[in-house]
Amino acid sequence: MSSSKTFQTSLLESIAKGFANWEANEVAESLSRQPETQDQFKTESGIPLKRVYTPTDVANIPPEDIGLPGRYPYTRGPYPTMYRARPWTIRQVSGFGNPADTNRRYKYLIAAGQTGISTDFDMPTLMGYDSDHPMAFGEVGREGVAIDTLDDMEALFDGIDLEKTSASLTINPTAFIVYAMFVSAAKKRGYDPHRLAGTIQADILKEYIAQKEWIFPIRPSVRLVRDTILYSAEHTKRFNPISISGYHISEVGADAVHEVAFTISFAITYIEECMKAGMSVDEFAPRLSFFYVCQADFFEEIAKFRAARRVYAKVIKERFGAKLAESMRMRMHVQTAAMTLTKPQYNVNLMRTTVQALAAVLGGAQSMHTNGFDEAFTIPTEEAMKLAIRTQQVLAEETNITSVVDPLGGSYLIEALTSQFEERVFGVLNEIDKMGGAIRAVETSWMQRICADSAYEYELRKARGERTVIGVNKYVEEEKPADFEAHPYDEGTLARQLDRLRKVKASRNQEQVKQILERMKVVAQDESQNLLPITVEAVEARATLGEICDALRGVWGVYREDPIF
Amino acid sequence: MTKENAPIRVLLSKLGLDGHDRGVKIVARVLRDAGIDVVYAGLHRSPEEVVSAAIQEDVDVLGVSLLSGAHMPLFAKVIALMKAKNAEHIILVGGGLMPDDDIVKLKEMGVADILRQDSTPEQIVSTIRRVVSERDAA
Repeated sequence: MSSSKTFQTSLLESIAKGFANWEANEVAESLSRQPETQDQFKTESGIPLKRVYTPTDVANIPPEDIGLPGRYPYTRGPYPTMYRARPWTIRQVSGFGNPADTNRRYKYLIAAGQTGISTDFDMPTLMGYDSDHPMAFGEVGREGVAIDTLDDMEALFDGIDLEKTSASLTINPTAFIVYAMFVSAAKKRGYDPHRLAGTIQADILKEYIAQKEWIFPIRPSVRLVRDTILYSAEHTKRFNPISISGYHISEVGADAVHEVAFTISFAITYIEECMKAGMSVDEFAPRLSFFYVCQADFFEEIAKFRAARRVYAKVIKERFGAKLAESMRMRMHVQTAAMTLTKPQYNVNLMRTTVQALAAVLGGAQSMHTNGFDEAFTIPTEEAMKLAIRTQQVLAEETNITSVVDPLGGSYLIEALTSQFEERVFGVLNEIDKMGGAIRAVETSWMQRICADSAYEYELRKARGERTVIGVNKYVEEEKPADFEAHPYDEGTLARQLDRLRKVKASRNQEQVKQILERMKVVAQDESQNLLPITVEAVEARATLGEICDALRGVWGVYREDPIF
Repeated sequence: MTKENAPIRVLLSKLGLDGHDRGVKIVARVLRDAGIDVVYAGLHRSPEEVVSAAIQEDVDVLGVSLLSGAHMPLFAKVIALMKAKNAEHIILVGGGLMPDDDIVKLKEMGVADILRQDSTPEQIVSTIRRVVSERDAA
């Protein structure tokens, strides 16, 4: 306490004295009349919460750690003026059916006031199969849009301004192909690749612990990420070649501290791989972007976003020696937590999502997806998506919360929680370093075990009623049939997609495709080469996504996990 | 068909391409903790693979989880394969996120029950015990 740079020692002593007195009198008297509801209060990730916070709780936090928005270590936000200059991007993810179906949905969402777009792909596209592959059975265009060839990508973004409306592509093991298709489609329409705004998820490491969309073994998969980041730094300067994602790690069970720590440990791995390939951190780090969930624990989530920025800034500066501010500031997309949504009393999902979205804004998100109230049923309807957009518009345009940057900065609770959160994240990062890095932590299933254990623990807490889920374990009502029409699947999707695929295959130069794929296999065998140039060549010659993956499966094999439960 | 006093055997698997395995792994753990024999066949399995595995492992229950929305066509295929391979003594239970109307249809098609996202550990265990005792009583 004596070393506080924020408060004078005499002031702190007097506050501490007043606090002890308050505990002995008002608190003791109140407790004797009515005990508190729990012996211990804590956050979802287990950080103990005090009854009240005072200046003594923040006295030892170096003032420069809190700092100012847009200045290192970016605790208070990546930009100095934040929403006063530009509101966060309203970016609802959508994708289903054939490319034209999703294109129509984009235009609907843009008309409703969405300011960025985000694409969900169907399972075959995500997993590297063409629509005519046996493993694609039943899944073509089902929970995302089907993309087989460059022609599909052109149809997907038809009529959308790719400089003004940033496009996010939610795809991982096949990200390098989809990125190549996106850039090629844009070039064909006359865009300068350096002016394209967009993001591709491409964060493969988290796939091995959450969401589980993988094709190849871990190491060649990480190489593909490296190749994409390096290629993008040279050819598409404004594009984010990766969105390092905690969202899925949280949704598979990890608590908030582990969500952030694992995410940053993956970022460290990608950065190390890119630097090993000869690039300096400041050449590519400015375009690394992040994606987090916003769960239900309001203050912990706000502290999480602030702490994540601070940890990342310190890592980039101190560990990697970055010089550029753009390299050190963590920019994040946030999505509200699908795991918290329930089927019983589904209208309550609107309230859950609103509160989570508020926490994301108070935490300083750059872009946001708010879930549809019907997502515990199936992919959301247009109406549900419009309400989700309106939720963000209410926050952005009716509440006045955007007028002050980091409005909770300086709150004794928020600052104390942010610092404790930071300390715990660094603790986990040190553990990962000790075991030899994030790839080892995945290969040994250490991360998978942590996620599985906390997911199981959460279920037990829910079952014991320690974790309230309204409509499920409290305030339960007899279930009524849903009174809305869930999003239907168009049974004609598959036939139309197969037709598209057939036409492309019939009209291309087969010999050229074959040759490119053969050359691609050679490039794949040499780890020092970048696979992106040949990937671009392949998609432009109309090689399909499945063919490209098959060529690489032949070289690298496929990944099989040893399941942890 | 009754296996006196033998523990119930369950094969759990993901079906199709989606990798959302939080639910199926919780089911695996809950059943295991309740003394039920659990074999987990893992992710990204085709209908052929899950049906063959269930026959090979000689299980009472085949539990299939998917959150891809492709439950109608994929379950239809699993049911057809079970019929073709004379494996109809194996009880088929589904798990995942699906609209109510589809759940009704799946039960008509021969799926014994569906574990939903809000099923409690107790409900998970009692569902499995119930479907097995219903079969054995039949």
